[in-house]
Amino acid sequence: MNTPSPTPFRPARRHLLRTGVLGAGALGVGAASVGLDRALREPSQEPAAAEPALHGQLTVPFHGEHQAGIETPAPAAATFLGLDLREEVDREGVLRLLRLLTDDAARLTQGRPALADTEPEMASEPASLTVTFGFGPGLMERARREAPSWLAPLPAFGIDRLEEQYTGGDLMLQVAAEDPLTVSHAARMLLKDARAFTRVRWVQPGFRRSPGTQAPGTTMRNLFGQLDGSANAQLGSEHFSRVVWIKEGPFAGGTSMVIRRIRMDLDGWDEADRAAREQSTGTRLDSGAPLSGGDEFSRADFEKVSVNGFPVIGEFSHMRRANGIDEGEHQEIFRRPYNYDVAPPPGSDSVSEAGQVFVSFQADLNGQFLPIQRRLDALDLLNQWTTPIGSAVFAIPPGCAEGDYVGRSVLE
Amino acid sequence: MSRSIPLPFSPARTARPTRRAALAAGLLLSLTACTGPGDDEAGTTAPPQDEPVGDGLTLADPWVKAAEEGMTSSFGTLRNDSGRDLVLIGVSTPASSMVELHETSSDGSGGMSMAEKEGGFPLPAGGELVLEPGGDHIMLMDLAAPLLPGDEVELTLLFEDGTEHAYTATVKDFAGAQEHYEPEDGTGSGASDGGGHEGHDHSDHGGEE
Repeated sequence: MNTPSPTPFRPARRHLLRTGVLGAGALGVGAASVGLDRALREPSQEPAAAEPALHGQLTVPFHGEHQAGIETPAPAAATFLGLDLREEVDREGVLRLLRLLTDDAARLTQGRPALADTEPEMASEPASLTVTFGFGPGLMERARREAPSWLAPLPAFGIDRLEEQYTGGDLMLQVAAEDPLTVSHAARMLLKDARAFTRVRWVQPGFRRSPGTQAPGTTMRNLFGQLDGSANAQLGSEHFSRVVWIKEGPFAGGTSMVIRRIRMDLDGWDEADRAAREQSTGTRLDSGAPLSGGDEFSRADFEKVSVNGFPVIGEFSHMRRANGIDEGEHQEIFRRPYNYDVAPPPGSDSVSEAGQVFVSFQADLNGQFLPIQRRLDALDLLNQWTTPIGSAVFAIPPGCAEGDYVGRSVLE
Repeated sequence: MSRSIPLPFSPARTARPTRRAALAAGLLLSLTACTGPGDDEAGTTAPPQDEPVGDGLTLADPWVKAAEEGMTSSFGTLRNDSGRDLVLIGVSTPASSMVELHETSSDGSGGMSMAEKEGGFPLPAGGELVLEPGGDHIMLMDLAAPLLPGDEVELTLLFEDGTEHAYTATVKDFAGAQEHYEPEDGTGSGASDGGGHEGHDHSDHGGEE
């Protein structure tokens, strides 16, 4: 598990001086004590407000067995870049591109400017920045290496209304950090180095809760107000490893990534009352608990029936369908989605254009993701309000060691 | 491919941690003195080291601006901890038959112009030589072949005392470094650093063409 840690080489004396109170150390305790002491002596006065903990200097290791940005707490801001290789780029060009981007990512994630960074000052707050590389079938072909059999566009689903502008891509970069300005600079730097080799196919920014808003690990709410991701495996667990990491072959230590742009009809959702909304998922909106009872993490009782004899968690509900209850099968994926909320199309009467950049990682795309998606395609009440408008599959190569580049094990 | 990435962990000039921290983190490339031709890859592919080897000369973040043909320029930050005053008098590279050391100054009309640095760049003991776009730089005058983004270029620094130091620089796609070049003999006016000015279609960023 990649838990952000303070930048090792930049203990930032400047930072300490500026903030005064930083980290879990004695300074913070001291400041609190002073405030308490003063409050006791002068009860009429408010205690001094605690300074907020800063997270700009936190870093996530770039090098390692797995790429960062997957088994890493999802930070507040992400930009997903879908790039297409230029026609003339050959295998040697792909390798040069990956070496350049790896170097950029290795530096920027550790709070150092990229080589020839024209805005080096913008690299100094990494804020848990991660850069995660994914290869599309086109990149494997261009590098003259056999793609895994599962690395292909998903089969067409009945619910899909895919738009070319959000679909496919040869190279995916997931750039994520707790700070959107950090993400912007990193994405810009990566794109500048990719420019000679690629064209931008799509850019999908997304957001989650800002750091400090809720306790770390709290399940995010999506724009329907639903807790989204309650069933995810815990980061750092054996469970996670089993669900996500590929165990054998060139991609061992990597995984498969599905990224789908799911439009969410917020205007239509407004028309659904609370009971209908909860019925659509089989969960309570407030706590995220299954309608059969308990709390967010309670095991759902799919056998439980109402006084009228109907299942409390309906046969059409998202949770029941996703879990394969009536098919007698069960698969798991790891979801790491981001919300998007952009301007409505010009001239439309809609007041919002919003949804989710759905992102899932799973060791076995065909064995884990596809059965779930097929069931949801066939029946899921939530489909009334959601429409997939973009879709791509990427192979996530394993992480790399210092001095190496991302993807070498699968391309050389 | 056995190509290595040089210096992936070097600090940029503008955000340099303390030297002690940089060394502890293995951030600086140590240059290795060459004894002669054929030894020019020494010191460039080694993993980051905690201490300089050779005579205390380090180079951070060497890179070269990508160019299809003609001229381009090379940058990096040299630090001299050898205890001796040095003068950089030249650079050699298989990438260009002719290399010059250039300094850049205001041309009086809002732009910058550059000229060959007479006598080379002094690098006093304990001092630093910053080679950067818009400032002092190494000019590759006549590229033998296109330098494509992600390529690596072998270069050798030549000092007045006869020592040579080899290193590898990464080629980067870079929009800047367009200093106007005016040779003293007046010919060739209009050439520029880095192949990236008027008359050169810079919009294609076509390292792959």
